[in-house]
Amino acid sequence: MQGVSIESRVAGRLTIADQIISRAGGQPNLLRRRRPLEIFIRWLLFFCGAVSIVTTVGIVLVLGSESLRLFTSWNWANVNNTLDAALDATAATLTVTSGGHTFAVDQVLRVNGEIMRVTQVLDHEHLVVERGAEGTQALAHEAGSAISVGAKVSPLEFLTSTRWLPQAGQFGILPLLSATLITSLIAMLVAIPVGLGAAIYISEYASPQRRAVLKPILEILAGVPTVVYGFFALTVMTPVLRALLGSQTVQIYNMASAGLVMGVMIIPTISSISEDALSAVPRSLREASYGLGATRLETIFRVLLPAALSGIVAAFILGISRAVGETMIVALAAGAGPNFTLNPFEAAETMTGHIARISGGDLSFNSVDYNSIFAIGLALFVITLVLNVASDLIIRRFREVYA
Amino acid sequence: MSAANSVLPSGAAEEKQLQARHRRASIWGRTFFGANLFGLLALLILLLSIVNQAFGLAVTQKAIQPTELSERPLDQLSAAELADILQNNLRKGKLQALLLQEVIGSDVAPANLSALPLSDLLQGKVYPAEVGALTFAALNEAQLAGLLRENLSQSRLYDLVMEEVVGYRVITGWTLFDSLFNRAAIEAEVAASYPQAELVFKSWLTLEFIVRPLSSVAADTGLRAALMGSAWIVMITIGVAFPLGLGAAIYLEEYANRSSVINRIIETNIRNLAGVPSIIYGMLGLAVFVRALSEFTSGAALGLATSTDASGRTILSAGFTLALLVLPVVIINAQEAIRAVPYSIREASYGVGATQWQTIWRQVLPAAVPGILTGVILSLSRAIGETAPLVVIGAATFINLDPNGPFSRFTALPLQIWRWTTLPEFGFRQSAAAAILVLLALLLLFNGAAIILRQRFSRRLY
Repeated sequence: MQGVSIESRVAGRLTIADQIISRAGGQPNLLRRRRPLEIFIRWLLFFCGAVSIVTTVGIVLVLGSESLRLFTSWNWANVNNTLDAALDATAATLTVTSGGHTFAVDQVLRVNGEIMRVTQVLDHEHLVVERGAEGTQALAHEAGSAISVGAKVSPLEFLTSTRWLPQAGQFGILPLLSATLITSLIAMLVAIPVGLGAAIYISEYASPQRRAVLKPILEILAGVPTVVYGFFALTVMTPVLRALLGSQTVQIYNMASAGLVMGVMIIPTISSISEDALSAVPRSLREASYGLGATRLETIFRVLLPAALSGIVAAFILGISRAVGETMIVALAAGAGPNFTLNPFEAAETMTGHIARISGGDLSFNSVDYNSIFAIGLALFVITLVLNVASDLIIRRFREVYA
Repeated sequence: MSAANSVLPSGAAEEKQLQARHRRASIWGRTFFGANLFGLLALLILLLSIVNQAFGLAVTQKAIQPTELSERPLDQLSAAELADILQNNLRKGKLQALLLQEVIGSDVAPANLSALPLSDLLQGKVYPAEVGALTFAALNEAQLAGLLRENLSQSRLYDLVMEEVVGYRVITGWTLFDSLFNRAAIEAEVAASYPQAELVFKSWLTLEFIVRPLSSVAADTGLRAALMGSAWIVMITIGVAFPLGLGAAIYLEEYANRSSVINRIIETNIRNLAGVPSIIYGMLGLAVFVRALSEFTSGAALGLATSTDASGRTILSAGFTLALLVLPVVIINAQEAIRAVPYSIREASYGVGATQWQTIWRQVLPAAVPGILTGVILSLSRAIGETAPLVVIGAATFINLDPNGPFSRFTALPLQIWRWTTLPEFGFRQSAAAAILVLLALLLLFNGAAIILRQRFSRRLY
């Protein structure tokens, strides 16, 4: 090879290139060639990216349409009254047994699959009705047939009523919401001081060696599956609380133990984001503070924390969002059955806990239960989305300041 | 006195104030360290309390000694010998109940048991021809035992012998801590309360526990169905999430124009999806995969449905749902890995005339493989521990059959932990603790693999 001149080698290559071009149809301009494979791959990859959009749209559509059904379709509740006399398919006057429900004009009744609308109330036992309402067939009914009264859930009732009893037609999300808020509050009472303290230590005090040990330990806490935390809350935390505070005060299932354990679960979320915020504060601010004679603590409280405040607030918000959406800990330890109470030592079901319990049972599609858990899911989705977006916006703002 | 002097004291007062400031600083410094210690302590207590419940002394009782039934150990007997033991030791009514529970199914109307011929009740099961014409009520003991022998495995027959004939029961037990430090008191209590019983040290986590099928008796239950279910689900999850997530990451990093609106929407959307509570994904799966696509997810569309009710509550639905759940994790990790590949590599590749896809496929992806795989392993460990979506989708009550494909109903490791934790009978929480240890060991394995992968290949990253 030593003897061959550069010119001849280049010339050799050029000949090969010429051959390739001539084989390709004599077109020397490779850039202009259409490449169907490249275009196909580009679109395939775009489709992969679009799947995430489809998922979001799917979540919104599913939660929206299924919970809309709760607000637009009839929910039937049995009343004690029954038909007092047989009814043929055309009669407009209904004779009912007295007692129990008081009927009113425009109420909707269901007897054996036929839906009737009350047009006039003659007295306690006689009603004039429109037969075969809502597209149902007018039928003949025997005396003694059971009557159900239909109700639609109004969104206002959904948001303000304090009782959640789907089988009795009562749909107030407040008891579930209050339990969610109480468990989340307890969790934050644990997670905020511990998470922030840990973040301050790791970012400001720890040597690189210590940081290399402490950070992974906190990360392990984040990697433990939530069902394990739930097991821990029910079998360890609850007995401890009952031993400390007395088994009269603390119920077997209670919000406090679920909240405390959830707090441990959220520590890593708070600590890692707060630590990012603290280390984003420029070194010059620290040095200026030390230069004025401040101790490390004074620097932390008067300079670093105010400077990193937005990032730390974002961490808190994200922590709350985690707590609100957490399911298995509250499903195992906080108790079954909605309970509108502020006492953390009582059992109460959270939104997520209720969804898990109802859907874990035998759930038939289009039943009241099915539609109602989707309404709860929608509320949950909206709450967590607002929290996540708020936290995201705040994080981006603090990044802009110190980037 | 000047204003400055009133703020900054001098002499002894200054000394005192300085000391106070430093004292405060060191106390808070220790408090901050204490917060880390709290995290470490919480982790230790969590692990120890689970170990504490997975082992310990237990009171066991047997109605008959196994040696009275056979000279050989019972678990080495053949199916026929075990069926003989059942036939000789159980009343006819008990044999009928077992046949209903194990073979025919308990949902048959009582009237049909005396009216219908068995060939109707035993469709798809093994039975001798002469039995087919009889009714259930007309079977004698030998025929009942024969049907059990034909349709059940040796290990299931062994379980039945242990449960029904030997009457092996774990009545109660203590935690590891109590067993170690309180043994004398426990022995005294057992001697007083359970004179017939035997006190043994029981490890709930054993090899048999891992490979045994589920049972309604705590001492006989096992993880087999749950582990197989988890393996199937995780395989489908990764099979779906890996190509989709990698594709999305390549698009966003290599093709997408950062300033275009749709690409910005995709990016923001992925970040938001990562924060959606997992139970919401479960509800999405319930409405879409279980319900709307039930023809497909139950296998009915392909004629492969394994359950008679053609329900969409199958492994496939669970796998798809978890795939959507871990997709943001896969995308974000793959994006970071692709971004870490230096731009010079791409430019060199374009320089020698490679097309964009050739550059990505031959240069960028090979360099990004360790980072991408790390993300996949992390999403794998997320998928294997995720419970809430499976609770919403699964709703299976009791699965003692092995899952045999994507269209079968399922249980999974975390689902089983949840269910056992909620059962009141002694032994199930202990089984849950043992199952948690298995789950944590798997997670440790995955994460260890991820760390090793990252360290081995990090040297190669320029």
